[in-house]
This record gives sequence, C-alpha cells and structure tokens, in this order.
Amino acid sequence: MSDLPKPEESLSNLDHEPPQTGWLDTPIDIRKGMYCYAANPKSQKYVGFPHAREWNPVEDDWKLPENWQEILHQGFKERLDRFRSVKIFMDTCVRCGACADKCHFFIGTGDPKNMPVLRAELLRSVYRNDFTLLGKILGKLNGARPMTENVLKEWWYYLFQCSECRRCSVFCPYGIDTAEITIFGRELLNLLGLNIDWIATPVANCYRTGNHLGIQPHAFKDMLDFFVDDIEEFVGVRVEPQYNKKGADILFITPSGDVFADPGTYTAMGYMLLFHYLKERYGFDITWSTYASEGGNFGFFTSHETMKRLNSKMYAEAKRLGVKWILGGECGHMWRVIHQYMDTMNGPTDFMETPVNPITGTVFENAKSTKMVHIMEFLADLIKHDKLELNPKRNDHLKVTFHDSCNPARGMGLLDEPRYVINNVCNNFYEMPANTIREQTFCCGSGSGLNAGEDMELRLMGSLPRANAVKYVHEKYGVNMLSCVCAIDRAALPAMTEYWTPEVDVTGVCELVANALVIPGEHDRPTDLRGEDLPGWEEPEREEKDAE
Amino acid sequence: MNVKYMFSLVAVLLLILLAYAGAEAAGMKTFFGIFIPYLAVAVFLIGFIWKVVGWARSPVPFRIPTTCGQQKSLPWMKYSYTDCPYTKTGVVLRMILEVTLFRSLFRNIKFEQHGDRLVYRWEKWLWVAALLFHYAFLVTVIRHLRFFAEPTPFFVQWLEGLDGFMQIGLPGLFLSGVVLAAAAIYLLLRRMLMSEMRYISLPSDYFPLFLIIAIAVSGIMMRYFTKVDVVAVKELTLGLVTFGPTIPEGVGGLFYVHMFLVSVLLIYFPFSKLMHLGGVFMSPTRNLPNNSRAVRHVNPWNYPVKVHTYEEYEDEFREKMIEAGLPVEKGA
Amino acid sequence: MGLEGLLEKHHRTIVNKWFDSVVRTYPADTARFLKKQKDPFANPVGRTTFNGVEGMYDQLRGEMDDEAIVSFLDPIIRIRAVQGFTPSKAAGFVFSLKSIIRETIGGQLREKEDLEGLMALEARIDRLGLLAVDIFMGCREKIYQLKANEIRNRVFSAFHRAGLVADTPEDGPETNKTIE
Repeated sequence: MSDLPKPEESLSNLDHEPPQTGWLDTPIDIRKGMYCYAANPKSQKYVGFPHAREWNPVEDDWKLPENWQEILHQGFKERLDRFRSVKIFMDTCVRCGACADKCHFFIGTGDPKNMPVLRAELLRSVYRNDFTLLGKILGKLNGARPMTENVLKEWWYYLFQCSECRRCSVFCPYGIDTAEITIFGRELLNLLGLNIDWIATPVANCYRTGNHLGIQPHAFKDMLDFFVDDIEEFVGVRVEPQYNKKGADILFITPSGDVFADPGTYTAMGYMLLFHYLKERYGFDITWSTYASEGGNFGFFTSHETMKRLNSKMYAEAKRLGVKWILGGECGHMWRVIHQYMDTMNGPTDFMETPVNPITGTVFENAKSTKMVHIMEFLADLIKHDKLELNPKRNDHLKVTFHDSCNPARGMGLLDEPRYVINNVCNNFYEMPANTIREQTFCCGSGSGLNAGEDMELRLMGSLPRANAVKYVHEKYGVNMLSCVCAIDRAALPAMTEYWTPEVDVTGVCELVANALVIPGEHDRPTDLRGEDLPGWEEPEREEKDAE
Repeated sequence: MNVKYMFSLVAVLLLILLAYAGAEAAGMKTFFGIFIPYLAVAVFLIGFIWKVVGWARSPVPFRIPTTCGQQKSLPWMKYSYTDCPYTKTGVVLRMILEVTLFRSLFRNIKFEQHGDRLVYRWEKWLWVAALLFHYAFLVTVIRHLRFFAEPTPFFVQWLEGLDGFMQIGLPGLFLSGVVLAAAAIYLLLRRMLMSEMRYISLPSDYFPLFLIIAIAVSGIMMRYFTKVDVVAVKELTLGLVTFGPTIPEGVGGLFYVHMFLVSVLLIYFPFSKLMHLGGVFMSPTRNLPNNSRAVRHVNPWNYPVKVHTYEEYEDEFREKMIEAGLPVEKGA
Repeated sequence: MGLEGLLEKHHRTIVNKWFDSVVRTYPADTARFLKKQKDPFANPVGRTTFNGVEGMYDQLRGEMDDEAIVSFLDPIIRIRAVQGFTPSKAAGFVFSLKSIIRETIGGQLREKEDLEGLMALEARIDRLGLLAVDIFMGCREKIYQLKANEIRNRVFSAFHRAGLVADTPEDGPETNKTIE
C-alpha cells in the first residue's frame, strides 16, 4: 500500500493550497459572482459624478484618467484634513487581530483580505507610503507600498465586499470602524468614476424622482392605491392615505423598497393600516410625500456629498408641507443617516417642533433637534400607553425571531424597541444566539448597495453567518419567520433564506403589528396581509359552505 | 524563517551591540548616557504632541459613535449608560472602561456546541495578555521614577512594596518586570505562531515587541544578575533631570544598553502604531455621546451642495401629478 | 482486528484527516481559523464541515442511508457551491476519504473479507461523491435562479410593464459637471 498516493496528491489536480505570498504581493483575482457591474455612465453623468465612462472590472484596462494617481493622492490628503476618524484609524491600528474573525464576509468567503484589519491595511499601505515618515524611509518593511493599478483594483474589489456594518468596530480596542474606512475609500474611488451600477443608478433615480427605481409620482401613488385595494380585500376597510398634504401634522418617510418589492410591500400595507387605525381612533394626521419618497440613501454608499444631496429632500419637504415632525419607517442605513448625519448636514430645523406623540403626549426628547422619530419608538410608546387594540393570537401560526439590522443596532442603538413591539404582537418569539444579535448582530450580507443580482455568490457567503443562526433557532424552536426593521434586509434576506433555510420566511415588524391590530369595522379577516389563510381564523361561513 | 520578524529581531540585536560596544569599547559613555537620552525625550515629547495636534487639527464632522447597547429613547426603556452613552458622564465612563479595562477586547464570547446544548465561554487570552502587558509596563515606568526624584516619592515606595510582595530573592523580585517580559513574549509568540496573525503582522509590529522584551530582560539582568551599582545609576539619572548631567564611574555597559533601548523606544514611539496610546482617547466612534438626534452636531466644513428642489421636481412631473390627483404648487 | 474494528478504533484520526483535507482547500491563513474556531456561529464553514464529515463517516461505515447522509453532505456542498469552487474541487474532498482510510488502516487489513469490505466501503464513497455532484448542481441552479429573480424583480416589475418607470435621460441637468 506504500505506493498509494497521499490523500492530497491523489487529488492534487483538484485541490491545492494557494500561493503563500504575503498580502502585499498577492495579485488581485476578480472573480465572477463576487463583484457588481460597473456603474452606468448615464447615471453618473446625471448627478455630475466625475469620469463617467464605460468600463469593465474584469478587463485589464479600466480606462482610468491619465493623472489618476495624483487625483487619488490629492483626494486622500484632503480627506485626512476633513475626517479625524480616518486620520486616527490610519495611525493607531496595532494589528491585534481582535477584528479578524468578526466579519461576515471573512467568515463566509474565507478570503483573508476580508479580515477587517486587512481591508483597512489596503488603504493604510498607501497611506504609509504617501504620508508617513517611516513608510517613506522603510517602504515595504513598514508595510508601505505605492499606489499601482493592481492596488487600485484590490481597493475596488474589497471595498465593495464590505457592507459597512460596523461589527468589527464593536470589538476593536480603539474603535476603528471599517465602515468609516470603506466609506472613505469608496469616496476616493468615486473620484475616478469607479462606482457600481446598483449604487450609481439608484442614486440618479433618487435624485430625480425621489425613489431608487425611478418611479414617477403618479405611479408611486398608483402603487399605494393598489395596496389600498388589497387591504380592503384582506381587512374589509378602505384606508385613505394622504399625499403631499400641506399642513399635515406629521410627514412619513420610508424606503421606497417597501413600495415595490415583496415582502416589503406588506410592511408598507402595515404602515397604511396602522395610520388608518390611528386616524379612525384618534384623528391622527400623517402624510406621505412623492417628492421625498425615498428614505434610503444610496448616496451614503457613494460620498458624503451625495448623501447630503439626496437627504436634503426630507427637510425640504417637511418645510414645504409645514409639518410638525417626521416619522421614519423601518430602514437600516436610512436610520444611520438620519440619526448620525442628517441634522449636521441639512439642519438646523427650527421650522419644526420637538416631536410629541399626539396620541399619548409623549415628548420624544431624544429627537428634539433632528425632529425625526423611528416608527419602532413611536409604536413602543403607543403600546406602552395601551393605545393599540392588539390580538397577538392572529400571529400564533408564526414562530418569530428578530434580526437586528446593522445600522440601527450599531449606529443608533435601536435594540429593545422592536423587541418590545414584537413581544406585544406575537406570542412566540425566540432569540438567536447572543453573539449573533443586538450589537453583535451579523449583517444580511447585502448592505451598503451590494444587493445586486450579479454578486449573488458574495451575498450568499456574506449571509451565511446570519443564516446559520437562523437555522439554529429553526431547528431548535421551529422558528419560521425572520423579522427585521430594514428594507434592504427585506429585499435581501428572502434570497438568503431561500438558499440556506428555505423553511423560514421574512417579514417587517410593522406587518406583524398590522396583522395583530384590531381595526374598527374590519370583517372576519381570514387571511393575513399577504392574502394567505390564517390557520384557525377561517371564515365560519366558508367552513359551512365547504361542509355543504 | 520569516523576513518580517527576522528583520526586526536583527535590528534590535544590532541596537544592543551598538550601545554595548559604543559605551564599553569606544568609550562613548557621554554620547549614550547623556546625548541620546536627551534627544530621545525631546523627540518623544515633540513627536507625541505633533502627532496629537495633527489629529486634533482634523475636525470630527459627524457624531459617529459605535453604539454597543440600547439607546436612550423612551423614558421607561432602560438604556445602556456606558455602552451607548447619552451623556458626557456616560462617555467619560465608557472611555475609562475602554482605557483601563480594554472593554472592547472583553466582548469576545464564543459558543461551543456540546451535542444539543450551547455552551459559551469567554475568549480571554488576548484580553488578559494585553491587560497584563500594559499594567506591568505602567507599574515598571512608575517604579523607575525612583531614579528621577530625590527623595523617592511615597507612591513609588508604596508601589514597590506591592510589586515586590512575594519577597523572593535579594534584591526583592519585582513582579512587574517579569510579567512585562512574559506578556510581551506571549504577544510575540502569538504573532509568530498563529498563521492569521503572522499574515497580518508587519515588521513594525515585531520591532516594538522585540525592543520591549530586550528592555525588560536587560533591566532584569542588571537588577538580579549583574547587580548594577544603583547609587551610581541614580547619580546619572538625577543628573539628567536636574540638567547637570554627569557620567559616574562603575556603571557597566549593560546599563547603557538598557538606556539606549529605552531611548530608541521613545524615538520610535511618535512615528509608529505605539501612538495608539494617544489615539485611544480620540477615537470618534468611542468618545462621543449617542445623542445626535437631541443635540445638533456641527460640521465646520459643511458646505452647500447642489440639490434637486421640489420646484424642479414639480416642473418635470406636474402634468402627471395633476392627472393622478396629487396636490401641486403651481397650475392645476 | 477486522475492518469494522479498525474503522472504529481510528475514527478520530480518519475524521480529522478528512476534515483537514477539506480545510486545506482554503487559503492557509483561513484554514487555521476554520480548524481552530469551535464556535458554530463564529465559524459556520468550519463547524458545518466538521459535523458533516463526522456524520458522513458514521453513515458510510454502516448501511448508508441516502437521506441521512445527504443531511450531512448538503450543508457542506451548499457552502462550497457559493465559494467559487469548480464542481470537481467542491465535491472532490469526498474521494480523499478513500486514500485516507487506506493510508490509516490499509496496512492492517489481512483477511479477504476485510478487503472486500473495504471495496464495498469505497463503492459507497464513490456513490457519495456522485451525490455531492448532484447537490452541487442543484445549488448552482438555485443560485442562478436567485440571480434571475433579482433581475426580474427589479426590471420586469409591475411598474415597468405598465410603462411607469422613467428611464434616466441621456442629458441630465448636470451633464459633464464635476463635483468637487
């Protein structure tokens, strides 16, 4: 038996260890399924982005402007002077390795350059070369390297394999935030026209029409009217949403994803039903806007300036309509922008009032400057004051778990409000393991504009840690519904569950709320908002008919 | 053989040789005993301040704390006072926990599946080693104040008592020096032996570790083995701080090696990752309160941008809006 | 000792070697993490793989129940199907078990019936390998279906069919203007 090949040798043509070169020297290999298509120049031109052109990531020639190195160096320098965060994050990392295994993309892909520390080192290596004394003297010995086309491609490839979820930042002893580094790096890439289409085209669409698909105002209304019909069928009441109403008390803004893609549409129906209930019972006066019809902000994934340009619509519309404050729907990065950026960028907002819940009288002190309240804060307040008639039994066929979305969890701290709401509208709630929820939550793998179709492999790998925890509660408790408060989650998680845990469905929290809400004048409601039969709630008449 | 740590190791060995040969053979005691220490302290102070001022000169345009707990929102909802601070006091407490206890490193918990059961344990070795390393370093630095003040300050004596409580040997063994060397060796081995640590480590990660190990070992050798003439050493060090430097007799080459390596560490400090000592206090994801919706944060370079106004929007879509029954500002 | 006894006795060695052979298909720096990190939530790839090879090994030694063994094989292949492995690389690890077993206990097999038993075991391993290819193809098909659905959801939505989506015009208000 001694002449038998060794296990690995017998498959040596199949399996091999990759070359053991240091990361500074390993050439970039741009793989299919791992990247998104290059931005459509039409979209880039529409919003005035520089160097818009046709180019293809897998081709050798990226058609870079001649002085691209100079542009990058200058851009880097200017931003170091503008952002203390990046300056400190460039200097203080000690490479302790605490973050190395915290990234869902590293866990899923096994690619060492997806360790947060190395993702940042891709930029740091150039920073050392261009801006530090030791880097200039010692060069590669100090981990410095000049900017070359290969390095640039590496930046592009790996900065679009980061979903800016901040999980690594939780574990870093210096709070180094890879999201901040990715935001910074993408802003630099944008100077060279190196964006991806699933970010650039939604940006152009949001800028023009107010939502990321480019839906025009009348069609946006048509879509919501379509929900009105559905609600009438499933609930038996006709809701009357208000649009662009001047003098309304409150403006409602939610990501437009909830208006056109399942299962977000059911969340949108949930909002409408909730507002109808509050109007009927308490005379609640809230309006939707077609101009500011996008809460999500893909500008955030482009540059600080683009983020500000898109976000400006919220306050502009609030001012035009003369509302008292703004209520925000379920969304992830939208809330990061609202919570940590909006007031600074586009405030101050003296034309509005400190938000007060007109039904409970609660003053939202925590939002007194930005004047925007999260719908989970609003709902938790209503439930606490017993202002909603709820029948959680209507959700008894569901075993629910909750996926904390990265941005509300780590960029805001919205952890217990959704749990409080869910526990009041569902009787079966189960938490996933502690190191996969709350501030340690795993990303859906598709955040920060990566939820395209062509990078499905990347998304599925990125979602593996999340799916793995979902699978655990599915197997242990029979969980069949994954709830979340983020529109990108609702768009991205269904693909994840379909691949990894087909038995589990995805829902927004407001859909659960609306299903449990007892609406004045409702009929027997044998179905939920999806039109699916609710076990145990079949129409008695129908049963009788069936019996005949 | 790994070029990254070999380079650093050789560099430290050369530095040792340089100091020993310089002080012993070439008789450059004034150079190594007076000139280099002054230079090192000057470079350290100026470099450190220059770096921190450099950071401080870049503004913090947005309030971007990483929230690691429940936010303060509704009055009845319990929020995380230090992990998601809303007040300045909360931020100060968060920073104290971060700086003194390495709170973030403390967060690692790991699950293990034992059959049907999940058991979680706390991933502590990096945290323990880092904590021991830094505290041993701090105690060692404070202990050395004995050489720079006459009479020796009471807290130094008190600390020495605590540090030498085991009362082993003569002169009494200080725990801090041994712990410092041991923890530094652990951190070094971790970098050399764990493949992903080896992958991410740079020569500039190994260099300070070798340097600190060499400093600790040379200190230990002087104190316990070659039994350096402490009175003479103190004469030299006091001379330095009182700006009346002298080179006393009877101080061996090993002392000059020790002092030279410390000087190199001080010079290297401001240009390296060791600046995390300053950076940890200034990290915007840690040292800001999570109250950005309640108190407006001002960005000093906030500039106006081109936006798509409602008027432009209505101009483009007015007809369709009217047709759909949406209210418009003009026309209708 | 007969075949079954040896397979039982060297259970741990064989499973570990088999696991190693899978892990070695990843970059060296990742392989260590996959092996060392025991937390199933922090390291789903490594733990799924380990639990899978262990479960499959137990199945292979007895009467191989297709449904049971697929429940161990599927999660491993499902992961490898998205990680950019070719079909042969993704499924090839199954076959390394043959040489691992021969290398570990082959020299100790004396009886004819044991050698026959070994051949039967290897035939089961071959069948498992083919199952792996089937699962791999199923996963790839699912991935392409998901990709197609993403495009359909976005482009052929109800709005588009109704002609309600505005395509971005060639000349926007800010054509050729650069943002500083």
